[in-house]
Amino acid sequence: MNAERLISISNLDFQYGKDLVLTNINLDIHEGDYIGIVGPNGSGKSTLVKLILGILKPSGGCIELFGKDIKDFNDWERIGYVRQKATSFNPGFPATVEEVVGANLYSGRSTPKPGTKKARERVNEVLSIVNMEKFGKRLIGNLSGGQQQRVFIARALINSPQILFLDEPTVGIDADSQRDFYQLLEIFNQEMRITIVMVSHDIGVITQKVGRIVCMGDGKLLCHPNSSRSEISSMLKKVYGNTMDLLIHDH
Amino acid sequence: MMEFLQYGFMQRALMAGVIIGILCPMIGIFLVLRRMSMIGNSLSHVALSGVAAGMVSGIYPLAMALAFSVAAALGIELLRKKYSEYAELAMAVILSAGLGIAVVLISYAKSINVDLFGYLFGNIVTVRSGDMMLIAVLGSLIIAFVGLNYRELFYITFDEEGARIAGIPVKRVNLLFTVLIAMTITLSMRIVGALLVSSLMVIPVATGIQLAKSFKQATLLSVVAAEVAAVSGIIASYYLELASGGTIVLLSVALLMLVLGVKSLLRNI
Repeated sequence: MNAERLISISNLDFQYGKDLVLTNINLDIHEGDYIGIVGPNGSGKSTLVKLILGILKPSGGCIELFGKDIKDFNDWERIGYVRQKATSFNPGFPATVEEVVGANLYSGRSTPKPGTKKARERVNEVLSIVNMEKFGKRLIGNLSGGQQQRVFIARALINSPQILFLDEPTVGIDADSQRDFYQLLEIFNQEMRITIVMVSHDIGVITQKVGRIVCMGDGKLLCHPNSSRSEISSMLKKVYGNTMDLLIHDH
Repeated sequence: MMEFLQYGFMQRALMAGVIIGILCPMIGIFLVLRRMSMIGNSLSHVALSGVAAGMVSGIYPLAMALAFSVAAALGIELLRKKYSEYAELAMAVILSAGLGIAVVLISYAKSINVDLFGYLFGNIVTVRSGDMMLIAVLGSLIIAFVGLNYRELFYITFDEEGARIAGIPVKRVNLLFTVLIAMTITLSMRIVGALLVSSLMVIPVATGIQLAKSFKQATLLSVVAAEVAAVSGIIASYYLELASGGTIVLLSVALLMLVLGVKSLLRNI
């Protein structure tokens, strides 16, 4: 593969108390990838993302972000993160859409200084990418689930990240909004060349939408992005049961 | 008409009132939205034990209250890490310890009871020049810190995990912020009293949130609500000879009720 390697994970272990949550994870993520991390509840998907984002600290092994060990990495503006809507904020919080999106300008050293005219323009620009430019002055808690998730994507996009992590992004969102949401991700990946890593337990949707699949079970990586379709298919059937009817989409 | 202004104690009380009217809601809005209102209650009880220790030992009570409450704030942060799943447990432990020490010290030196009453419920007559200086200097520092770190505090309050990923030093900001809560409580004790100080951190914020259309507005309206209650409460307590803390808090509650009532009326029209 010629694309630049953005993330490299080698021999990664993570222990929570006495429990070994992740064991010997090895994974490379390259520029332009559209990866879905799937697996049943408790398989370690979200833990893996939290380790990559530095929210959790590994018990062993190594994570490199853009060629730098995670301990020395501080270019967080290159990474965007959108997590499950339902758990991410207090719906009664008195903040406007513009305030929520603009808050993330903190991490961008090359992005406009918060509070300036350029910052406001950048906020409007990312809101228009997700078709939410008319909602800037609205309170975030007054929006529908799908609209809130678009706002969180705009927040993640404000620093023009090279890679976007999404953790169960469509939970609690209606079917129409989910369809629009996946279309948006496809535009980000295909036209804006943003690398996307999405965690989901919704195996049916993921296999249709993403380019490559990483399957996890019991804290282990059961198949890699480069595994063949038949390997992925048999592994998914093993993890989820034989009732799975797979439709893996080629990008 | 404004003859109360000719008295030095009223000038000091009003100046202190204006400062704490800014401090309490400015800190309180972050506490309320993080569902940490209980921390104000815990630290005020510890500050009270500091006052009692100061009176017993002959050391300036507000300085002792400050030392005790800052130490307790650090203790809460430490306990919150130990009991990360039960954050409120840390506050309950510190509240109980603070109250326990205060009661033991008060029973040890019964003669301090009269002075202590002012610290418990607030007394405008007792704000001395030294207290005023402490309130002005530390109050300015707290306002400056919140002003300079407003965006970081907003992001952490809205989404702590997101703030951490954005590169905000969440642990350091949280620790400093907890120390500022302790300082705010100590500074406000003279006017509002230890038992009521957390009310001034919460009730004006509840009023501000009712009317606000943004976070910035919520902060400003909370400060306005606290100022109205603090200044009118101090003047009312002078004329009616009431404890200033109780008067300020009752006016604050009345303002909240008024806002809720008007909102409800407008909804039904």
